Amino acid sequence: MKFLSFLASRIWKALGVILGVVVFNFFLIRLAPGDPASIMAGEAASSDPAYVEQLRQQFGFDQPLYQQLWLYLKGILHFDLGYSYRNKLPVLDLILERLPATLLLMGCAFVFSIVIGVLLGVLASRSRYTSRHTWLDSAIMTGALLLYATPLFWLSLLMIIFFSVTLGWLPAFGMESVGAHYTGWAHIADVATHLVLPVISLGCFFMAVYARLTRATMLEVMGMDFIKTARAKGVPAGQVIRKHVLRNALLPVVTFAGIQLGQMAGGAVLTETVFAWPGIGRLMFDALLQRDYQLLLGVFLVTATMVVVFNLLTDLLYRFIDPRIEFGT
Amino acid sequence: MKLFLKHFAMNRGALLGSAILLIVILTGIFCSFLFEESPWMMVGQPLLLPFQESEFPLGTDMLGRDIAAGLAYGARVSLMVGVISTLVAVFVGVMIGAAAGYYGGWIDDAMMRFTEFFQTIPQLAMAVVLVAILSPSIYSIVGAIAIVSWPPVARLVRGEFLSLKQREFVQAAVVIGQRPSKIIFSQILPNAISPIIVTASLMIATAILTESALAFLGLGDRNMMSWGFMIGASRTMLREAPWMSVMPGVAILLTVLAINLIGEGLNDAMNPQLRKRGES
Repeated sequence: MKFLSFLASRIWKALGVILGVVVFNFFLIRLAPGDPASIMAGEAASSDPAYVEQLRQQFGFDQPLYQQLWLYLKGILHFDLGYSYRNKLPVLDLILERLPATLLLMGCAFVFSIVIGVLLGVLASRSRYTSRHTWLDSAIMTGALLLYATPLFWLSLLMIIFFSVTLGWLPAFGMESVGAHYTGWAHIADVATHLVLPVISLGCFFMAVYARLTRATMLEVMGMDFIKTARAKGVPAGQVIRKHVLRNALLPVVTFAGIQLGQMAGGAVLTETVFAWPGIGRLMFDALLQRDYQLLLGVFLVTATMVVVFNLLTDLLYRFIDPRIEFGT
Repeated sequence: MKLFLKHFAMNRGALLGSAILLIVILTGIFCSFLFEESPWMMVGQPLLLPFQESEFPLGTDMLGRDIAAGLAYGARVSLMVGVISTLVAVFVGVMIGAAAGYYGGWIDDAMMRFTEFFQTIPQLAMAVVLVAILSPSIYSIVGAIAIVSWPPVARLVRGEFLSLKQREFVQAAVVIGQRPSKIIFSQILPNAISPIIVTASLMIATAILTESALAFLGLGDRNMMSWGFMIGASRTMLREAPWMSVMPGVAILLTVLAINLIGEGLNDAMNPQLRKRGES
């Protein structure tokens, strides 16, 4: 029962955020300089007076604001995110077609950043704790500091120069080899090689965050009494780290995992642009280039919705990992 | 203050950061003396390698524009956008956080919901949408970065206010009948200033990265040379002229690294107990 009311309040909150984005989109179009109908039409269609007039009718730009908002909301509730005049397709269709590629990229980058990041954090804190190989700690922390300051899109370009142009090891763009039409395992292998660079590019900043976070909380837990007790009764250092320290140090990592997704969804726009990955980030960039604003706003709404859903899931996961946390709101 | 300077000066990373940042600032201020021609002017042969001609130590791009001049003018834009958007974000964050923390109750609830909203949505995507629709200019860029970056300040300030308002000197101010605005700005806020400064310094670094990302996507001010724009423009020449994309990236990396180092130095020097907060 407690769980149900918790779930209900979280879902309520999530819906609130999505509604917020819809209202944001609504007002942004009206705040922008110029005629809102021709802004909505985008560059391709603003020279088509019949279409602009149709938009003006559809969104009721001559009616009072609250009625306009109602019309707009009604459309969204019917899953109508608008029409891309340029692509001659409804915005939602365009987005849904691209969504799987983004989910694949973000999912892989998420796993990559969390696994490697936590591993590096454990290595760094262990070398500090056991006072062996302390250079490892300094090296990992310096690396993390550098990654913190590196523009992700620039790193992507450097990786293309190095791994694709100079060494020729990995493909520089796209999701599969052009015209190859692989099937079965060959297709999976093909997509996997195309995934390597984008995943590293999108994941490495968060990897640095996880490494620092894990190291900091590990060192904090290591200073606690129950660890001293475990060591004093003769449990080997490696086992203490694995069984006692890491388990207690992982909670902040899960917390950050929830926050990370919003940032990663933004980063995906850059990564997908550089690597021509056929996801919604790339779609956003195309919408920018073509000044296709209905598509741009649609992608923003779907991205935000995706992040909200992920947040909800990590929130639930958090409650299962740490039973000490009550199902409060 | 003396103690603070001593602590700060003992931190080698912070000193290194200050040195790098000083160079970047001076370049930004004096760029128009260092390079008399506008960075948009074609001044030499296109695609000169770095050090190929002494006149253009960092080479030229595909239109024969001096890359060194671009970097110098870009420094001005990056620093300006970073500092101004952070100032705006800190102002908004302080206002919202202070109101939420001081008044509590439904005001707190409403403000925190509002803050949560801005923290949940994908920040870069929102900045992209804002700048694109309000048309790219230095104002929309600064505004968009400020809008997506104030929430951490609001949360921080709210937390400080919640704990400080319980303290006796604040209670005393309430008892002698000071106005709430006076208590907020002259009693509580000065005591919360050091964590705000630390957060703000790190926010400048993030703002510079965001500005470069926007410019890279083609959402820069058309009248201002920017590092992100230079990288974006060089993409088509990636195979032929890799130095065109490498140089501006190094400039961003060094500047952001310098600011982060300074921020961490400030953090350690101002309040050692805050170290954990800076990392989470």
